[in-house]
Order: sequence, then structure tokens, then C-alpha cells
Amino acid sequence: MTAATPVTTTPPLTPDKPTAASVAKKRLSSPWASLAAIVLAVLWTIPTFGLLVSSFRPERAIKTTGWWTFFSDPTVTMDNYKAVFGEDGGVNLASYFVNSLMICIPAVLIPMALATLAAYAFAWINFPGRNVLFIVVFALQIVPLQVTLIPLLEIFVNIDLTGTFWTLWISHSTFALPLAIYLLHNFMREIPSGLIEAARIDGAGHVSIFFKVMLPLLTPALAAFGIFQFLWVWNDLLVALVFAGGGDEVAPITLQLANLSGTRGTAWQLLSAGAFVSIVVPVVVFLLLQRYFVRGLLAGSVKG
Amino acid sequence: MFNTASTTPEKILQMLAALLLFAAVLGIILFIAAKFGGRRGDKVVAWLYLLPTVLLLAVGLIYPGLRTIYESFFDAAGKNFIGLDNYGTIFTDKDQLTVLRNTVIWVVLVPFVATAIGLVYAILVDKSRFESFAKALIFLPMSISFVAAGVIWKFMYEYRPDQGNVKQIGLINQIIVWLGGKPQQLLIESPLNTFLLIVVMIWIQAGFAMTILSAAIKAIPDDIIEAARLDGVNAWSMFRKITLPSVQPTVVVVLTTIGIATLKVFDIVRTMTGGQFKTSVVANEFYSQTFRADNQGLGAALAVLLFILVIPIVAYNIRTLRRSEAS
Repeated sequence: MTAATPVTTTPPLTPDKPTAASVAKKRLSSPWASLAAIVLAVLWTIPTFGLLVSSFRPERAIKTTGWWTFFSDPTVTMDNYKAVFGEDGGVNLASYFVNSLMICIPAVLIPMALATLAAYAFAWINFPGRNVLFIVVFALQIVPLQVTLIPLLEIFVNIDLTGTFWTLWISHSTFALPLAIYLLHNFMREIPSGLIEAARIDGAGHVSIFFKVMLPLLTPALAAFGIFQFLWVWNDLLVALVFAGGGDEVAPITLQLANLSGTRGTAWQLLSAGAFVSIVVPVVVFLLLQRYFVRGLLAGSVKG
Repeated sequence: MFNTASTTPEKILQMLAALLLFAAVLGIILFIAAKFGGRRGDKVVAWLYLLPTVLLLAVGLIYPGLRTIYESFFDAAGKNFIGLDNYGTIFTDKDQLTVLRNTVIWVVLVPFVATAIGLVYAILVDKSRFESFAKALIFLPMSISFVAAGVIWKFMYEYRPDQGNVKQIGLINQIIVWLGGKPQQLLIESPLNTFLLIVVMIWIQAGFAMTILSAAIKAIPDDIIEAARLDGVNAWSMFRKITLPSVQPTVVVVLTTIGIATLKVFDIVRTMTGGQFKTSVVANEFYSQTFRADNQGLGAALAVLLFILVIPIVAYNIRTLRRSEAS
């Protein structure tokens, strides 16, 4: 996690004025540039595509022939997807899928709400110790999760929370706070102070300013952080392994997929379908909300 | 409400209960804060707003962090103080040295290759007709989990023995066979396997580099480009003298961000090899030592090492930012 990333703004596209890159590209004799781009795009897509095709092939076909032979001998089946969702195969992805959703919703909403409050205090309220505290929160972004896991696990054992969603909700929320506060604080500082001053003169307190002035303006920043955090929590393996490793009742889908890969590493009919079931939600979220996601990336880089 | 929920309705109920409880806490905070109007109440309102955050960070990040540093000076069972012995082990034990060597290879290769590919691709597709689609293709791996990425690539590297009618099902080995070579157990042969795992991380991070750099390229002022074009600057010097210097601060940020993400890489190694066959890295070794080998002390020391390794990268990053802001 980088502590600070400059906010790179994307200017509106001006089609008639060439950018340095486009000039460079044109001079590079366009066909070669296009060819290179296509080669890269194909290279990047093939691995996913191969597994996707395989997930629809019969088990025997997956295990005896390459997925590329599908095009000369296309047989399509949904059996693999039935198998990963079925109770008897022992994979039972449906229940892990539910777990992932149960983990994600509070783990996105809680830090979002807490960070908005905290960022508001840092951005718009004067209080002693503000700068020191903000620097501490800012610096906490660089703490790797690994450093915190074992003592946190001990705390959860002591208060008897192990094996519940609470461990994941609390830990994911905590880990998200420094980045969320940093992002939202930056965004809030850009709101003209005149707006807040005017509201104060009208006699509005911090609570009503927060709800009536700030929150409506914050929607894009909240969306960016929300998507970010959702993808992070949905895709997480480490935190889930440590806090939910023992119990199937709370383990997310990534954990089951990782276990499957470890214990039944050659069951490609299950692994391929399972991988796509786990991918589908983040990919849909990403495709629908790409704009916000990219904005979030540009504003704050990645956490981890 | 604080027990393990086992059926789906129970899970949903527990989640709703948790959200309600959380909303109630927020409600109380806002209710009290609303009582303090005017400038004099500012201090109280600020601390009320910060209270949950400060509590969570203190208990969930600061205390555990300090505790881990403390525990890194104790033995495997966490009973006896052994000073810096765990750190000594990391830098002398043969297996641990392999872990360090692998981590260095990862951290050197992934950021540079991913950033280079991202930059080239961003330039190639800039202003093209299919720009957003072309970008989405490269960027998509960013949205899927490292675990799923691991499964996808394990399938690419899959090996079938070289005998009789057995056909390869992994694309890489098939290509080796098409080229007249013998299929290899790709993920078992060290040090080749480490490089093959690194490919997966590059595959994921190139999209991140491309997105950020593409925004930086589009932000280069038009008049500079126009002037260079009128001077008849060729493509290569346009890239070297204009594009590269303009995006250089962004390149540093991208490099360091990917570097930090790479330091912490765990899921890929665990999913694809489990850290066997000499592929382990610090973040994975932390997990293996703590949970598999039951060596709490060494695990803690590895986590602290990870922390220490991140600091110079971040410090460098902040310094570069300061300098670019100053100029």
C-alpha cells in the first residue's frame, strides 16, 4: 500500500488534438502498433478463456484433450456447474457463495460509514491533536496485514468470537479504515469551504451539515471506495484463512476454491466451474461500475 | 447473535442484526453530537466522530502490530525470550535464504515488467477506436481473485506424462510439444517455477499499471506535443523526450505500488504450489511457519520483516512525490 498517490485527473478527450502517445503510435506505422496491441490482448485473454471453455466441457474431455480441441469437437455440458453447486459432490459452492455475500455487505458498509465520519472530522472540524492523529491514521496504511493477524486472532479467541462472521466483519472493517479515511478526506477537502461556512452561519450543526451538505456530494467517492472494498473482501484469502479457516459455515468462496485446488488439484471439471462461479460477481461489479473503480484507483492506488 | 450461524436464513438474520447494531451505535453518536452546537462543541463532535475509528484502529491494528514485534523475539512456542535468533534464522537457514532469494526475484521482476507492459499497451491503444474495450481486456485480471488467477494459470501449466497416446491439456506444455520439445513438470522444476508464478502476478498487475499510466499520458499538455510534432520529432524521440519524462513521476508511483503488492503476495504461491518446490516467499512463509510449522516466533519475525521491507519503498515514494510537488 503506497501511502500517497497523486490524484491524476483525466482530462476530457479532445479527438482532434493528438496526444504524445498517439503521435508516437502513428509514426510507428500503425499496422505494427495494432498488431502488437492485438497480440498482447490475446495473450492476456487466453488463460481465462481456456478455463472458461473447459468449464463447459465433459469431465472426460477436459482430462484427456486440450481445451483448444473444443473447436473441432464441440460438446457442451452444464454438468460441471451442477457438480460444484450440488450437495453430493462435496464442493457445495452455493453455501460458500452465500458466505462471501454475508461477509462482504457489512465489511463494505461499516468502514464506509465510519470512515466518512472520521474524514469529516479531519477535514472540517478544528480540534487539538488533529494533525498528529491524521498522520498516524495515514501512516497506518503501510502496516501489512500479516503483522496484525495472530494477536487479533488471540483477541477473538479470548472473547469467544472465533468461527463467526464477526471476526471477518471486524477485521476487514478495521483494515479498510486508513485507506478509506485518506481517500474520503482528500475528496472532502476539495469541497469549497464557503458551502460549510454558509451552513454554519445559518445555524446548522455538524450533524446536519454532514447529512445535508457533505453526503450528497460524496456519492462518487463513496462509490469508488465501496467497489474497491467489495472487490478486496470478496477476493481475500489470507484474512479468511486465518479467521474462518476452521469452519465451513463462515468460509468464503475463495477459501473453498483454494482448498479444492489443494486437495483435488486435478479435478479440473470442478476447479474450472468453481473458478468461474467465484469470478462472476467481481467481474460483473467491475464491468458495471468500471468508471468508479478506475477513479478509485487513480485517487488512491491499491491496498494490501 | 454472536454464535456461528449455520443455515442461510440464520446467516442473513445475523447479518441484519449486525447492521442494525452498527446503525444503532452510529445513531447514538450522531444523537449526542447533535446536542453540541456552535464552535465550542467542535471538540466534542470531532472526538465522537472519531471514537469508533480510533477504537478499531487501536485494538485491530496498533496493538496487534506492536504485539507481533514483541513476539518476534520469542521461541517457537512463544515462551522463551531468544532475542534476535528468529531474525538470525531468516538470514542463515538454507530454506529461509531460498525464501529471501525468491522474494527478491519477485520484487525486482514484477513491478518493472508489469509497468513496462502497461506503459507500452497504454501507448498502443491510446486514441484507438477500441480503446475502452482493449483496456478492459487487460484490466479484467485485476478484478478477479489471486486464487482464481492461480487456478487459471495452474491449468495453463498443467502437465501430462510424455508417453503413448497421452495428450497435453495445458496450453504451455502443448506449445512445447508442438515446437518439438518434451513436456515439463513446469511447477516442480526450480528455479523455473518461481518465474512461472511471477508471470501470474505480472498478468494481474499490468492492467493496474496501464490504467494509471494511460491517465497520465492523456494529461500531457497538448501544446508540448503540438510543438514537438511541428519540429518533426520521430516516434521514438517523442516517446523518450516527451511521453516518458511527462509520466515519470507516475511511473515511480506505479512501480512502488506494485512492488508493495508483490512483497505481500501470498495467495498465488499458496494456490499454485503451496510454497513447495522452493517457491515460497516471505508472505507465504509467514503463514506456513505460523500455522503449519507452529513456529509463532519465526512467523512473527517474518511478518515484521515484511513491514520493514515496505517502509523504504513508501519513504522513497513520498520523497519523490514531495519533490515533484515542489517543482
